Amino acid sequence: MMNAAIQTNIARLQIMKAKVLAALRKGENYELKTELNSEYKERRKEAVRRVIANMTVGKDVSGLFTDVLKNMHTDDLEIKKLIYLYLINYAKTQPDLVILAINTFVKDAEDTNPLIRALAIRTMGCLHVQEVLDYLCDPLRKCLKDPSPYVRKTAAMCVAKVFDLNASVAEENGFVESVREALSDSNSMVVSNAVSALVEMNDMAPDHNVWSLDSNLVSKLLTAINECIEWGQIAILETLVEYVPRDEKEAENICERVLPRLQHANGSVVLTTARLLLRYEQYVRRADLLTQFSKKMVPPLITLLSSEPEIQYVALRNINIILQRHPKLLSKEIRVFFCRYNDPIYVKYEKLDVLVRICSERNTEPLLNELKEYAKEVDVDFVSRAVQAISKLAIRYDSAAEKAIQVLLELLQTKVNHIVQNVMVAIQQIVRRYPHRFDSVIEDLCEFIDDVNEPDARAAFIWILGEHSETIANISNILTSCLESFLEEEDESVQLALVSAAVKFFLKSPQQGQALVLKALQTATEKCSNPDVRDRAYIYWRLLSADPNAARSVVLAEKPPVELENADLSPQLLEELIAELGSVSSVLQKPAKLFVYKLTEKAGVPRGSDTVGMGLGDAESTLAGGSEGKGASGGAAIDTTNEGEPELLISF
Amino acid sequence: MLSAVFIYNQKGEVLISRLYRHDVKRSVADVFRVHVISSPTAVVRSPVTTLGSTSFFHIRYDNLWLCAVAKNNASAAMVFEFLYRLLGLGVSYFGRFDEEAVKSNFVLIYELLDEILDFGYPQNMEVDTLKLYVTTESVRSRNVVESQAPQSITMQATGSTTWRRNDIAYKKNEAFVDVIESVNLILSAKGTVLRADVQGQIVMRSFLSGMPECKFGLNDKLVLDRDAASNAVGRGGNMRGSTRSRSLGTRAGGMGGVGDGESVEIADCQFHQCVRLGRFDTDRTISFIPPDGEFELMRYRTTENVNLPFKVLPVVRELGKSRVEYEVLVKSNFSSNLSATNMAVSIPTPPNATKCRIKVTGVGKAKYHPEENAIVWKISRFQGLQETSLTAVVDLAPMAKPTPWSRPPISLDFQVLMFTASGLLVRFLKVFERSNYQSVKWVRYMTKAGSYEIRI
Repeated sequence: MMNAAIQTNIARLQIMKAKVLAALRKGENYELKTELNSEYKERRKEAVRRVIANMTVGKDVSGLFTDVLKNMHTDDLEIKKLIYLYLINYAKTQPDLVILAINTFVKDAEDTNPLIRALAIRTMGCLHVQEVLDYLCDPLRKCLKDPSPYVRKTAAMCVAKVFDLNASVAEENGFVESVREALSDSNSMVVSNAVSALVEMNDMAPDHNVWSLDSNLVSKLLTAINECIEWGQIAILETLVEYVPRDEKEAENICERVLPRLQHANGSVVLTTARLLLRYEQYVRRADLLTQFSKKMVPPLITLLSSEPEIQYVALRNINIILQRHPKLLSKEIRVFFCRYNDPIYVKYEKLDVLVRICSERNTEPLLNELKEYAKEVDVDFVSRAVQAISKLAIRYDSAAEKAIQVLLELLQTKVNHIVQNVMVAIQQIVRRYPHRFDSVIEDLCEFIDDVNEPDARAAFIWILGEHSETIANISNILTSCLESFLEEEDESVQLALVSAAVKFFLKSPQQGQALVLKALQTATEKCSNPDVRDRAYIYWRLLSADPNAARSVVLAEKPPVELENADLSPQLLEELIAELGSVSSVLQKPAKLFVYKLTEKAGVPRGSDTVGMGLGDAESTLAGGSEGKGASGGAAIDTTNEGEPELLISF
Repeated sequence: MLSAVFIYNQKGEVLISRLYRHDVKRSVADVFRVHVISSPTAVVRSPVTTLGSTSFFHIRYDNLWLCAVAKNNASAAMVFEFLYRLLGLGVSYFGRFDEEAVKSNFVLIYELLDEILDFGYPQNMEVDTLKLYVTTESVRSRNVVESQAPQSITMQATGSTTWRRNDIAYKKNEAFVDVIESVNLILSAKGTVLRADVQGQIVMRSFLSGMPECKFGLNDKLVLDRDAASNAVGRGGNMRGSTRSRSLGTRAGGMGGVGDGESVEIADCQFHQCVRLGRFDTDRTISFIPPDGEFELMRYRTTENVNLPFKVLPVVRELGKSRVEYEVLVKSNFSSNLSATNMAVSIPTPPNATKCRIKVTGVGKAKYHPEENAIVWKISRFQGLQETSLTAVVDLAPMAKPTPWSRPPISLDFQVLMFTASGLLVRFLKVFERSNYQSVKWVRYMTKAGSYEIRI
């Protein structure tokens, strides 16, 4: 009873609160309304400012539309700009009322001040309202021919906005044609905005034949690029990337003309130039030129590593892609990728990837020392990647294995929990790659048995025990103690490893192993709830009872050599990403059609067609290999524990 | 292309929200806040966040988040360059760029955002030009706007030298060149140099009339070798150039460790957009029409023959779980005429340190800073070819769950005037102008610590 009463009271209070809030809100808008209609200019100005401030934080001020509009006709540029901002935001919600503003816009577009003419035309384009279009056409036509380049560059961009809203209006009025003509404008800023506008329109409607590059146009762009501001240079470079040169001569010429851009202070100009040079490798055949290009590319790419961390990150992701095309490009520069202690973690990850990628047999030693330092750092994920990198190097280079094992053993001595787990997995992979080369160190590993507590690491450790049961003195005790906690082992990978290790031990030394293997198989078949483990144990059991020799040939067979997981992108994806160097897709290392909806639609139903399906697969594999450190290490460990017995599967 | 730009405060409240295209809604700002700013994982794993078809790019500065939004496959490199440029504009306009500054100048920021992006495409972002027509409150009066003929403003905003007005006049024509080098080092615990490089910056302050054509020369190995190979006549010309400019002729008095006539191998350099890249590419001539006032003329990087200004010899012993002992010796490795200032050596201590007993033999004062987990050793002035040392004993508190100490590196901060770690020298700066005036040029050198890490 009491509760119900309280609840109704609460409900009543909430309603009251809502009402009060609504009144307050209305109150503020009401107050603003009065202020906007004040007879004093300063108060009106302040009111407009407050309206914009409210709009920024997300309050609804659309109700003030007409009141704001009343203040539009003013000489005060600040108020004008603020009201335009308001209009851009709310025009779509009040298309009928926008017409009231048109007069001022049209008048402004004829102002003597080019800043105001440009402002008017820029804002009108942003309104995104069909009703405005008819009124926009005349001023736009004039502005495209305006004497001031500032107005012309704004008008060129405005055509793209019109095209976005209604392509046929833009075409029928000859606006698109005017933008094409603007490519020959004497002012480079107009040219670069025209290029951006044309590219944009072409992307919106590829079948409209908005423009096509020919060599005549290309030479114009190449001239403009020297005078353009940096952003314009990017626009032109991006356009040239898509261009297919007429012949080899032209391709060479383009490359040579853009080469100086590599010295630009703006990192994105540098990356876009690199994109163009890499893309044009298919058109340029002269080997000396190609070497010259890639030689010139190296220093600027490395310089990017001293820019702001975010740009470094983009650069590193791209260097990773470039290296798949030119694996040897940076092999002399390995030290510049050494991590600084205070690098942001995302930069460290990428540097680590690049380090492993460019490491040659000659510099494994300094790199392994470096990785040892990283393995002692604080970030657990980074540590795990560093340790994985050590095993990767050892697997790739025979000569590095010795040093790698030594480094890993030193790391074990730290006894830091997460380091020990990772190291154990790494050692297993190396031992698997070089069977019996490191038998002498196996014994030392056993002292860490109590420190190994993660399933992956335990499974790895037990696998090592099984493989080397003959070299370990008290193997029987160790395995027995492991078996005692068999059912408590939460993870099936450990249980599987333990069953296999017991069988291996038995086959190698039947005398000592008999009791143990019996116990292991019994526990696994009778008490274990996991069907996979039970099945594995049954298989072993039958195999052993049917023919021990056959069992030996199956269980102790020579294993296929370990190979490094291929972290490379597929050739198609690589080609695609090279053509989009510096872009979001190069950072994500996924094809653009996966996250740009416009392209997804264009590609049709994605999963149906062959190429798209392939793209999807690539994206997933890069995701698993690159960004999800934990997942990848888990997956790899499970794979390798099963690898011990692939023959078993084949023989059945 | 960018669809929107947002500025948030530390808590994720939107301070500025400007949409450029109609493919995003204002509420997209909330998506970024929820997924990145208030995300429970404290560390940002990537500055690019793609959610569905929307990509968010962010940088952080002071207590602000600057975020740009794109729906297409935009150039990530360009977006970040843009955001940093926006940051630079803010700093240049308001002195400080923080929540306070954004809140009190939001009208101006909206004006700027309207000017520097059109339909999501970056436009002219040169501070000097923008300041002509997007002005702060105090400067804004109708008279100023009127007196600057708008035609000439827009001509400059779109002209081929957008960075310079053509009606600049000074009574005394001067140019100051500052060579500022940051030296980066990673030294292994065993004392081997893992990585050493120099990032140089040449900042120029030009107070020159008219449209001056400048030519700038360094002791660039490629140029000197070529000059030596070609003929002596060309060299003579250069020499004359350098004697005319007074202070440049006398050169940097006692440049420690760098003899005259030595040249420097520049691994790479980048230039301000005023420099004609084509000329540099063909014959490595640095020629330009400078902006008025201060600007960064070029950046360069050298990796060969780096003169490390300081040697640090650390011995750090962990004695059981209760004590760490330090012996750190620092030696300066430059001419005794020069001296380093504002030097600080930060020596990391384990997080569970309780007490530090520190003794400095030589110069400087050292203090334990528990909040930084470090002993900070400050040396206000440190002469060349000198040494100083510190010994410390740090007591550790017992820990419930002993985790070993990750032993972060010792890091140094310093600046040394009239010293370049790369050995770089300015050989000449020539100014040609139609009116043929005399100009005075000055050059200063400074080397400071970039990330100077000594592992222990």
